[in-house]
Amino acid sequence: MRFYEYESRQIVERAGVPVTQYGYAKTADEARAAAERIAGPVVIKSQVLTGGRMKAGGVKFADTPDEAAAHAAEILELEINGHMPRGVLVDPKAEVAQEYYAGIVWDPTQKQPMMLFSDMGGIDIEQVAEEHPDHVGRGHFSNLLPFSDFQAKQVIASVGMTGRELNRATPVLTRLARMFADYDMTLAEINPLARLEDGSFVALDAHMEMEDEARPRHRKLLEELGISEDDDREAYEPSDFERNVAAIDSADHRGVIQGKDHGFEGNIGLVIGAGGGSLTLTDAVRNQGGRPANYSEIGGNPSVSKACGLAKQVLQKDGVEKIAVMMSIVSNTRVDIVARGVIKACLELDRDPGETIAIFRIPGAWEEEGFKILDRYGIEYCDRSVSMWEAAGRAVAKVQGSADPDASGREAEEASG
Amino acid sequence: MSILLTESTTFIVQGITGREAVNLTRECLDFGSKIVGGVTPGRKGRDVHGVPVFDTVGQVVEANGAIPDGSVVTVPPAFTKDAVLEAIEAGVKLVVIVTERIPRRDVAQMVELANMREARIIGPNCLGIMVPGVAKMGGIGGPAKDAAKAYTPGSVGIMSRSGGMTTEIASTLTAAGLGQSTAVSIGGDAIIGSTYAELMPLFEADDQTEAIVIYTEPGGRMEAQLVEWRETNQGAQRPVGAAGAARLPIVAFMAGRFMDDEEMKGMSFGHAGTIVEGKEDTATEKIARLESAGIPVVERIDEIPDVVRDKLGVTA
Repeated sequence: MRFYEYESRQIVERAGVPVTQYGYAKTADEARAAAERIAGPVVIKSQVLTGGRMKAGGVKFADTPDEAAAHAAEILELEINGHMPRGVLVDPKAEVAQEYYAGIVWDPTQKQPMMLFSDMGGIDIEQVAEEHPDHVGRGHFSNLLPFSDFQAKQVIASVGMTGRELNRATPVLTRLARMFADYDMTLAEINPLARLEDGSFVALDAHMEMEDEARPRHRKLLEELGISEDDDREAYEPSDFERNVAAIDSADHRGVIQGKDHGFEGNIGLVIGAGGGSLTLTDAVRNQGGRPANYSEIGGNPSVSKACGLAKQVLQKDGVEKIAVMMSIVSNTRVDIVARGVIKACLELDRDPGETIAIFRIPGAWEEEGFKILDRYGIEYCDRSVSMWEAAGRAVAKVQGSADPDASGREAEEASG
Repeated sequence: MSILLTESTTFIVQGITGREAVNLTRECLDFGSKIVGGVTPGRKGRDVHGVPVFDTVGQVVEANGAIPDGSVVTVPPAFTKDAVLEAIEAGVKLVVIVTERIPRRDVAQMVELANMREARIIGPNCLGIMVPGVAKMGGIGGPAKDAAKAYTPGSVGIMSRSGGMTTEIASTLTAAGLGQSTAVSIGGDAIIGSTYAELMPLFEADDQTEAIVIYTEPGGRMEAQLVEWRETNQGAQRPVGAAGAARLPIVAFMAGRFMDDEEMKGMSFGHAGTIVEGKEDTATEKIARLESAGIPVVERIDEIPDVVRDKLGVTA
């Protein structure tokens, strides 16, 4: 879960890293009031969960409270990369001597958190790492042993910093590292970290992300930041399809279903599973010229109503002509129950299951029971001797065939005969 | 032989009284695995399919007079770390973590302790280890009868980030007359106990294994790490056939190519670990990297047997 900048600043502040006396505003009037309180030049920054704010015009400078209010009014209406801002941050323009970068990320190869520090802040750390590798210091720290200052000091000293600067920057990186561990962060960045003319360090911007799975154990922090449990911070607004599938899933504990359709706009509905199987099958459909209408996952042992619910949601999506019901070999999924579910979905929507289900491929212990039911409705099915690729190919061919008026005429004749 | 698991391996099931754990216990026993005890705090004195249940791992050790070789952990995410630390501190050297949705920091802590105690973790978010015809540790392959249908003894080692696809790949190999030495469902999370590169030395040392098949996905550096491992153990430093050189051909399958689309940026599909965070971890980039290291990446599961056979012919 990604935090907004104004939340991230509160988090680093709690960790003991100084921040500027910024204000958070949801209206132009509030922005004016914040600028009046600051009583000096300010920066107005859009609060959106996406990068590239500066380029998009989401960051503006103001010399007077009136100017601050005018910029805030504009920025509050400005969409950036499909995101509307939640508010603006009104930040005093700081007298900066130098900008630095301080960050903590996970290194999945080493399986430990890694500190990153650079004396070239304010720009993307990847760019610095590529162009000026000697200006990026790195250091891992243990998940079990207590963190100690020297670890941060080593990283900062490795980019050539010394003297008072080194001694004042060290506690900043130490506090960031401890905060990263204490709050289950997956990313904690202060960029830029500024050294002011008086030699003190302040965070001018912060970017924090917390692991979703760890949210339950940080309820107190989230509550204090005013973040509710249903504020899931997805990268985009969930669609009706996604919301409906999630609601069906949570209403019944048997089995797990998931549906996504962000970025999908095709005519083949996919009722597929599970994790790796869904990735494999979505590729298999696309790579054979098919256009999936959605991504989905069925896992575990879902009930008839759950399988039916997912299939219905997929079938009701705009442009869906047929659905393909496919999984990799299953061990505990009742194939007959899934078959009943998808057939029920067709019938309830007044669709002929034999016509609507392009292919059914769920090999597993319960397949014989499933085949009996599928036979009754004239649905094409296959066992493990037909590969996932081939099953997907058959579904694609059928949907493409039905787009051809002659082919659908033939099918209609066969069906009536 | 096999890696990690043999016919004499003894193990326990932590969280044994849970619904899924009860099934898993039955499946493993039917397949010939040696489960010597189960642990669920507060349930001492019960039994699950004849396996005695204890409150602590220490009690199992005491009752058996020996430390079990392994443990399958299937307890809710909030209690997993504690269960795994308990097993490792009791002296267990192989821990298979089935549980999913465990925060990364917990996983990293378990792994760090395992490294200190010279124990190994497989998973989390995995289905376990399968040695066809011998034993299985975890739900991999399902009920014994079904598992025997998909998996047959042979010379191909499998490592997979997807539990379900491990069985699909094994079944495809079996249908083509290629048996498997050991199949390991390594888990689908961003941080896991044992990566491809970390298991390779075990397969290299196993005389039954002659080729490796891996199932991979977008996200993470695990494939890059495998390529680095191979480059260090083969090529200029150690030509094929030289002492200590990597001898096993590897064939890869990459799922989730569709995630390279611009609209899919920042999303994860299937497994938590699939989220693409940089340029390096897209499907396209990984395929290029694997292929440049001489690891062919097939587009379809059903192509795997032919490519494996081809590789075996070349290296034979």
